[in-house]
Amino acid sequence: MARILMKGNEAIGAAAIKAGCKFFFGYPITPQNELPEFMAREFGKHGGTFLQAESEVAAINMVYGAAGAGARVMTSSSSPGIALKQEGISYIAGAELPCVIVNIVRGGPGLGGIQPAQSDYYQSTRGGGNGDYRLVVYAPANLQEAVDLTMEAFEVADYYRNPVMVLGDGMIGQMMEPIEFKEPKKRELPSKDWATTGTKGKRKPNIINSLRLAPAELEKLNHKIQDKLKKIEENEVMYEMYNMEKPELVFCAYGTTSRIVKNTIELLKSEGINAGLIRPITLWPFPYKAFEEIPETAKAILTVEMSCGQMVDDVKIGISGKLPVGFYGRVGGMIPSPQEIVDKAKEMLGGVK
Amino acid sequence: MAVVFKRTEGLTETPFHYCPGCTHGVIHRLVGEVLEELGVLGDSIGVAPVGCSVLAYDYFNCDMHEAAHGRAPAVATGVKRVYPDSVVFTYQGDGDLASIGTAEIVHAAHRSENITAIFVNNAIYGMTGGQMAPTTLPGQKATTSPYGRDPKTTGMPLKVSEMLATIPGATFVERTSAHNPANIRKSKKAIKKAFEHQLAGKGFSIVEILSTCPTNWGLTPLESLKWLEENMLPYYPLGNFRNSEEVK
Repeated sequence: MARILMKGNEAIGAAAIKAGCKFFFGYPITPQNELPEFMAREFGKHGGTFLQAESEVAAINMVYGAAGAGARVMTSSSSPGIALKQEGISYIAGAELPCVIVNIVRGGPGLGGIQPAQSDYYQSTRGGGNGDYRLVVYAPANLQEAVDLTMEAFEVADYYRNPVMVLGDGMIGQMMEPIEFKEPKKRELPSKDWATTGTKGKRKPNIINSLRLAPAELEKLNHKIQDKLKKIEENEVMYEMYNMEKPELVFCAYGTTSRIVKNTIELLKSEGINAGLIRPITLWPFPYKAFEEIPETAKAILTVEMSCGQMVDDVKIGISGKLPVGFYGRVGGMIPSPQEIVDKAKEMLGGVK
Repeated sequence: MAVVFKRTEGLTETPFHYCPGCTHGVIHRLVGEVLEELGVLGDSIGVAPVGCSVLAYDYFNCDMHEAAHGRAPAVATGVKRVYPDSVVFTYQGDGDLASIGTAEIVHAAHRSENITAIFVNNAIYGMTGGQMAPTTLPGQKATTSPYGRDPKTTGMPLKVSEMLATIPGATFVERTSAHNPANIRKSKKAIKKAFEHQLAGKGFSIVEILSTCPTNWGLTPLESLKWLEENMLPYYPLGNFRNSEEVK
């Protein structure tokens, strides 16, 4: 199939349509506006319903309603808007409903800025809402991956009855790249016999709900969710090992930053330093097992993020103190240059030699 | 022997948890009866609130969705967009609809979302133990207005029906009361009209029903009915504020 040149935000919308998504509820916020705009323009032609809500809070609750009714549904926003959606996300997780949430991350905290950042790692992987739940979080590093993972997100959400997040930074949302729209991989999905479709007088009422007033019942619901999350941890981890045969230094980076690190690795190679990269593609479940595969040649790990250091916590858990873990980050919409990372890498290697 | 009264098919057999003298039970029955009489129970999806009626999903004999506090109209919007031919309603109290959920109810009305809101106004937060609501009357004592509501610092009670009636998309708006049999019958008529309005595809409909809270008002059930009549009716006039004929 021919490759098409598209902007990231629009490509994610096109992927959602291709994946059979039928409902989109959103609210304007930069730098993700091209996604709802694309849906407003294109969704109707494919039998989809687009609705601009009065707020992010309302949008996620519309998603909650549509997901409860059994529809394939999504919303998109950017960091402060995702913060507003946390209440609804927690309810959706608690009621065990599938949906896809796209976060095109911008710098924070607060109103922050509109340039790319990766400072929503905690919010995405630790749950910004209340209670014990997790989102499956996909972090594409290019637009082909953004498209493929968006399609996969709908399947995974339906398969596990759990909300799934596609986490792109502003760079992924705004840039253009050639994309091939492949047929989405289909899973064998359970029927949505729990959905609020109306009883038609043929069955007992279905109830979509996260309330359990009896503590023993609430504990039971929590255990059920945790059992499901364990299965996701066993089956859905995705990561890339790049140049990891005999690295002296191992980088860990995801999304846009991982691309810059790949350039950094080339620069280091020209200076005779062999470095590799562990690139998490699922941020949750985090690829802890990748850190068990690090060859003995490695002397240190350097985590690079467009944040003040969030994923670095998971890297430390993954390496369990076996190697020193360093961190380099730029924030506020500043993008790290390969040379800055080279300098930090040399400093680190000097320190551990 | 002839049956003169029985539980409507619109309600399940689960006993209500409501306090003695609270009119939620009566209003539940009215909604259940209307859904049964219209023959739409199998096509109905209700959205329950957070508040005293949080467990409404156990009482209505149709598919139900439990929403977050104030968000029922947004959840109902999501359901209705998926099933435009189904009957979708919210059941909300005054803390839920008139305080934390003002944005959601205003914009569901603004879009003329083809849903029906049943709004139970008892001028207080019941479930959390009797705090002041936007609908609490001036001078009325609540746990967070222990000396009586002072309009100088907390404003005058919000008249939701009058406010929503200013929105073009709110095509059926009526306020009724549940304090005596005559008004209960009128409430049922209004609820039926609102659902018929939805079935005809005429857009957003809401029935505000004045209700009692003996427990948190500190009154007996009988005194509560009287208090509603003497204090709430003068401030919250009953009647129809909007119907689709006027909209034309």
